[in-house]
Amino acid sequence: MIGFSPRRLWAVVTKELRQLKRDRLTYAMIVGIPIMQLLLFGYAINMDVRHLPAAVVDQAHSSRSRQVIDELHQARVFDFLHAPTTADQAQRLLRAGDIKVILVVPADFEHRLTTDQPPLQLIVDGSDQVVQQAARQLSQFPVRAYLNGQSLSPPAAQVAVVAYYNPDREAPLNTVPGLIGVILTMTMVMFTAIALVREREHGNQEFLITTPLSSAELTLGKVLPFIAIGLIQTSLVLLLGKLIFQVPVRGPLLDLYLAALVFIVASLALGILISTVVRSQFQAMQAAIFTFLPQILLSGFMFPFEGMPRPAQWFAEILPLTHFVRLSRGIMLRGADLSSLWPELLALTVFSVVALSVAILRVNKRLD
Amino acid sequence: MSDNPGSPAIQTRGLTRRFGDLVAVDHLDLSVPRGQVYGFLGPNGCGKSTTIRMLCGLLLPSDGDIRVLDLDIPRQAETLKQHIGYMTQSFSLYRDLSVRENLEFVARLFGLSRARRRQRLDELFQTYRLEALSEQLAGTLSGGQRQRLALAAAVLNEPELLFLDEPTSAVDPQSRRDFWDVLFGLADSGTTLLVSTHYMDEAERCHRLAILQQGELVAEGSPDQLKQRMEAVSLLVETDRPRRAQHALDGLEGVRSCAQIGATLRVLVDDEAALAPVRQRVRTVDPDAGVNVTDVNLEDVFVAATLARARHGEAQ
Ligand SMILES: Nc1ncnc2c1ncn2[C@@H]1O[C@H](COP(=O)(O)OP(=O)(O)O)[C@@H](O)[C@H]1O
Ligand SMILES: [Mg+2]
Repeated sequence: MIGFSPRRLWAVVTKELRQLKRDRLTYAMIVGIPIMQLLLFGYAINMDVRHLPAAVVDQAHSSRSRQVIDELHQARVFDFLHAPTTADQAQRLLRAGDIKVILVVPADFEHRLTTDQPPLQLIVDGSDQVVQQAARQLSQFPVRAYLNGQSLSPPAAQVAVVAYYNPDREAPLNTVPGLIGVILTMTMVMFTAIALVREREHGNQEFLITTPLSSAELTLGKVLPFIAIGLIQTSLVLLLGKLIFQVPVRGPLLDLYLAALVFIVASLALGILISTVVRSQFQAMQAAIFTFLPQILLSGFMFPFEGMPRPAQWFAEILPLTHFVRLSRGIMLRGADLSSLWPELLALTVFSVVALSVAILRVNKRLD
Repeated sequence: MSDNPGSPAIQTRGLTRRFGDLVAVDHLDLSVPRGQVYGFLGPNGCGKSTTIRMLCGLLLPSDGDIRVLDLDIPRQAETLKQHIGYMTQSFSLYRDLSVRENLEFVARLFGLSRARRRQRLDELFQTYRLEALSEQLAGTLSGGQRQRLALAAAVLNEPELLFLDEPTSAVDPQSRRDFWDVLFGLADSGTTLLVSTHYMDEAERCHRLAILQQGELVAEGSPDQLKQRMEAVSLLVETDRPRRAQHALDGLEGVRSCAQIGATLRVLVDDEAALAPVRQRVRTVDPDAGVNVTDVNLEDVFVAATLARARHGEAQ
């Protein structure tokens, strides 16, 4: 055995960088994917709902009922286009499709506030998933706390409402931390798998095997540039998130980068593993997408983790993105540091070690 | 590695490689002397590449022993890598790197110092006429240029033993001749070369040859030895109607094979006793045809060897 040579490793790294410099498409994708995704998820795919056409049936006619209606109106989830007095009129509008939601303030609203009964009623167009979801959001609206709070300390109550209902600000805020992970998953897994397979597909490997280059040096040399690329992408998303959407980093920045680094390594390990299984660049891409979909769907990035069935939650614990979403949200939004998030780091490390071990066992098979 | 200069560069015993049910290389016993150009002759799919890959330690044999430069392969394949060069059948350098960058990369893999690298690259540029192309991307080179680059990369570490797998399959005849001159230059300076080919003229130039057929060794020796040893006679038929003459010879006792070459017909027969019946048959279709014994060439050797094996197979 010739062992591991840093010089040969460096030879591969510089060769990769040279090739990368000439590969305009990959170049463009490294910068383009983060920007595109950020704008897409920040603006277009806004998963919070706003401006649903609605009508109010206020049977209480009290100052407090008007106050609540006014507050909900300002939250902009609903546009109260109509103010019909009777429930009949409202139902006709709903049936005609002019409105999606009816907010009913019952006549005994004031009384209900003092009991356990729900003080407000929403009648929704159940055929529309989006509307149902919005209604579920609204059901958490702290009517009592709000009204009580305002009588005691108005600023605190205002904050509570804003936190629930300011979609303009909330969506990017929740999305960007996870989005870093999504972008890294997409680029790291796919690019490494493709880069490694390309060497084989182009027949480069047959020549390389007869040189003193070991497969560990080759693999590592090809993958190292991607760590730098991943960190550049992370910086890009953070910077744009801050500039465009005012997304903060409340915890230590260094911890965030460490978390990103560990996650990048886990994604590269997955890419390396894929490259040992597939035979062509096309297959590599398919396999990368195959691992990408469950990650984006189950990691808690798109849908609340708590809302998923138990088996899906267990499965999601295997996925690196699940842990990174927790890490980045914790650090960026809750201001946590790594010491309180170590189980997530541990999970990512275990994933990397297992994936790399399996990959190494598979690579040592020469050409056959 | 030259601690034992008398031993063969390559020696195999019972070398076998199977891919599923297919036996790509079948109990090959080879002995390749040092400092010579040794040819592997055989049609596509006869197992040339597979054998070379096993000899380089790229592919594990299913069975048999391999010694290359006194090293036990595949066990000592890592050590072997420092002493061999391998020019693969298809171009295996980077098309998106320039000629210089490709060679620079290979030089660094072999651990050459910066000064030594520059020196060696200059030598290679000169020997392989690559100076003018040094900044050109490898993907934009012509077949012959690409082949010179591949050879330069394969000999960069000054190997004792060089494997060349069908090195001239993508180049024009002039480039082929030039290329073979370079190979002989390398052999003169002491390098052992193992070259696979399916061109007879190239095989003719080798010091020694192994003829492979469906993974088996069917003949081995220098081109002259092979021709002398051949127990067959070659007849040259000069006729205006080669195709009809060929039909006329179908099934005639003693005729092994018949091949049209331009306006002539080359007929391989068991011995000179077949001359009279062949002449008689041919003259039934062309009374003016000339039929004479001619020197055997390597193609005849090849045909005779592969036919003999086929017949042997039928007899079993
Ligand atoms: N990796 C492989 N898997 C399956 N069959 C193979 C493989 N490599 C070669 N073969 C088969 O082995 C035989 C010999 O191939 P090869 O050594 O490439 O022949 P040659 O180089 O003489 O043209 C062919 O029939 C080929 O299809
Ligand atoms: Mg071949």
